[in-house]
Amino acid sequence: MGATDFALGKQTKEQKKLSIISFSGDFDKLVATFTLATGAAAVGYEVNIFFTFWGLDAIKKKQGRAFVGKGFLPKLFGIFMGGLKSAPVSRLNFGGLSPKIFRYLMRRKNVATLEELVDAAKVLGINLYACEMAMHILGLQKNDFIHEVKDVLGVATFLEISEGGRTLFI
Amino acid sequence: MSTFKLDITREHCPMTFVKTKIQLSKLNTGDVLEVLLSEGEPLENVPKSASEQGYKVLEVSHVDGSVHKVLIQK
Repeated sequence: MGATDFALGKQTKEQKKLSIISFSGDFDKLVATFTLATGAAAVGYEVNIFFTFWGLDAIKKKQGRAFVGKGFLPKLFGIFMGGLKSAPVSRLNFGGLSPKIFRYLMRRKNVATLEELVDAAKVLGINLYACEMAMHILGLQKNDFIHEVKDVLGVATFLEISEGGRTLFI
Repeated sequence: MSTFKLDITREHCPMTFVKTKIQLSKLNTGDVLEVLLSEGEPLENVPKSASEQGYKVLEVSHVDGSVHKVLIQK
């Protein structure tokens, strides 16, 4: 089911809105981002996520470490940064062991994993946007991202989109 | 008009809301979704958010222990 096929219930005239600036590519902060986003969308909010800098890792097509980006330095960064599968936790990462432990615990305790939350965000039709400036620095193109990314934006458009709702920086 | 069932007693936030919302989206107008959920956050907020989004909450009843049943009509 595509985002556009998602049949919502009757919306109130003034739909509540949540906009999140996803700056951190850390596993735990991405879990927080997508938990808030999917929860809000499920209770009827319009939800926008604006991915910038490290946050862009979450929406890359290639979820592991890969030479993504145009040019030598961006490609090198692409390898170090990786994607959703290689996101480190913000504390006690232990060389990448902690995200594996977290994923194991989340599955064992029947809590949605990061990948399940991202899938739910796509099904719920959450608006995903990429930051034009950060993409430019990192040599990334729109086709380096998953096709659910709706658009590439700058600050002015993001402010316009988020106006009238709540905005969070994670 | 058909009735569908959804058990979210083992789910945690936000999947309690997410699974209910996704299931409701698949129904036709007039269909009913029977949701089994736990008391606390799901019981307090799943019927409330369904109602706020224009769905009709037909019934909220106690089933067993901490499990409750909510009937939501699209």
